[in-house]
Amino acid sequence: MKNYTNTGNVDTRSGFGAGLAELGAENSNVVALCADLTGSLKMGDFKSQFPDRFFQVGIAEANMMGIAAGMTIGGKIPFTGTFANFSTGRVYDQIRQSIAYSGKNVKICASHAGLTLGEDGATHQILEDLGMMKMLPGMTVINPCDYNQTKAATKAIADYDGPVYLRFGRPKVPNFTPENQKFDIGKAQILQEGADISIFAIGHLVWEALEAAKILDEKGIKADVINLATIKPLDEKAVIDSAKKTNAVITAEEHNYYGGLGESVSRTLAQHHPTKQAFVATQDTFGESGKPHELLDKYGLNAKAIVEKAERLLV
Amino acid sequence: MATEPSLEDFVQQVRRDILRQVHAVNSGHPGGSLGCAEFFTVLFKEVMRYDPSFDPDGKGEDIFFLSNGHISPVYYSVLARCGFFEVDELNTFRKINSRLQGHPTTHEGLPGIRIASGSLGQGMSIAIGAAQTKKLNNDQHLVYSLHGDGELQEGQNWEAIMYAGSKGIDNLIATIDHNGQQIDGATKDVMPLNNIKAKLEAFDWQVIEVSNGNDIKQISHSLAQAKKISGKGKPTALILNTVMGNGVDYMMHTHEWHGKAPNDQLLEKGLAQNPETLGDY
Repeated sequence: MKNYTNTGNVDTRSGFGAGLAELGAENSNVVALCADLTGSLKMGDFKSQFPDRFFQVGIAEANMMGIAAGMTIGGKIPFTGTFANFSTGRVYDQIRQSIAYSGKNVKICASHAGLTLGEDGATHQILEDLGMMKMLPGMTVINPCDYNQTKAATKAIADYDGPVYLRFGRPKVPNFTPENQKFDIGKAQILQEGADISIFAIGHLVWEALEAAKILDEKGIKADVINLATIKPLDEKAVIDSAKKTNAVITAEEHNYYGGLGESVSRTLAQHHPTKQAFVATQDTFGESGKPHELLDKYGLNAKAIVEKAERLLV
Repeated sequence: MATEPSLEDFVQQVRRDILRQVHAVNSGHPGGSLGCAEFFTVLFKEVMRYDPSFDPDGKGEDIFFLSNGHISPVYYSVLARCGFFEVDELNTFRKINSRLQGHPTTHEGLPGIRIASGSLGQGMSIAIGAAQTKKLNNDQHLVYSLHGDGELQEGQNWEAIMYAGSKGIDNLIATIDHNGQQIDGATKDVMPLNNIKAKLEAFDWQVIEVSNGNDIKQISHSLAQAKKISGKGKPTALILNTVMGNGVDYMMHTHEWHGKAPNDQLLEKGLAQNPETLGDY
């Protein structure tokens, strides 16, 4: 078993903020837009260091997406910042026509995704955003797992020409991937190698998958743990290779099981290596108010739930 | 050497192109297209400074966005006749494998188009974004846009209008095609817009009204004036009072020809009212 050390709990949105501020210094074409959530998105450093390249649009997300699309004409690389809910469902048609169909180089950066937004409740806890975004032709969809990886992904997407949806979250979670890593868009990260079951995870559930793998190891079950931070384009080879080895798959995500990572993995395997699969995801439901860890427990999105589903799958 | 055609002759040929494009595929939007033939002609032939060899980034040139994308026939005709692509390509309008999609798009790489439009209400935000980038690039050229009056019913416009006024986007000249018609009938019956000028001025825009938006001289004068007052801290709007279907008598003053093509007989009638000037494609 590899051991991953949590260097301290940090929010992934702060990784975004740190990456964006570094980008500001490195690339004068990077501009940032925010819809009245500068503090929540941790865009304050960029705003104070590069005020001429920061655009406060107010509570008007549709306009923000359009302005971002327009700003690409002439070579700017706009990063939009608001909650995941207002980054997707509220502005789907603007993203579809002005960004995706028009092939614009906009980076849609979305915080407070999923249940772990916590006490604000279901109005703000989007569990459908990955589905909406991955259905758009040409859209790259990324959900990194911790602070360091979110920072690396933020920087990587500036160098990639095309629309990107970058999803991250609010709570402080373990930071365990290397500092100053390079993020490869579309490449899976194999965190743990085993032979009995494959656990494919994204976002906050990656740490939970590693915790689950430890528990399973004690029970004599050796798990592959693979971080599929890029949901689209999916690293299909990594998925197929692992499934061929284990013939049992768990997917873990803070998202509805309709439209999420689980379905992307299912489609890949149905085409190349049909494999039994269990889904750690919300079961077509809205969320509710509560503390992040309480919600993850109630909706079955933690290490305990992964272990239970793994044991059931392997019976 | 051939002399430049008069703007009147250019408009007349554009009208023929519009009618022939929509007739050939029995679909498309002739009414609004005809109503804006004079505006497009003056804008592209007289006002804007651009290179028809077309750079999508539009640096160092004036750029234009069509927000009400359904009037693509007039846009395509004017782009073709200004050298962005071969006039013969108008033959492919709305046909399979064409760059001339029903609504304009960048997807097939048609020169002249910098954003997809068709789903209404999005073009103002696009134009503002492009205008801001021009400022960041120290590019003194202007951004022009066109919007339908009915289109102003979409809320995103008012987010954008609020933003442009508050942030002083003064390198933008947005024109409203005020023809008073939309698919379901007269705009005043469907969802009255009432005093558009007062609304825009309340959002800190400077507004120029063009009483006859189908009069070449008036359009030319108003656009020149708009250009003159740009760069002084406020965005500029032109309210262009047009007649839908202008130049084809049976299409005028009605919403009936918003999205309907003429049959063979009516095509001939419309063409007879607008004899060939620059040569049909």
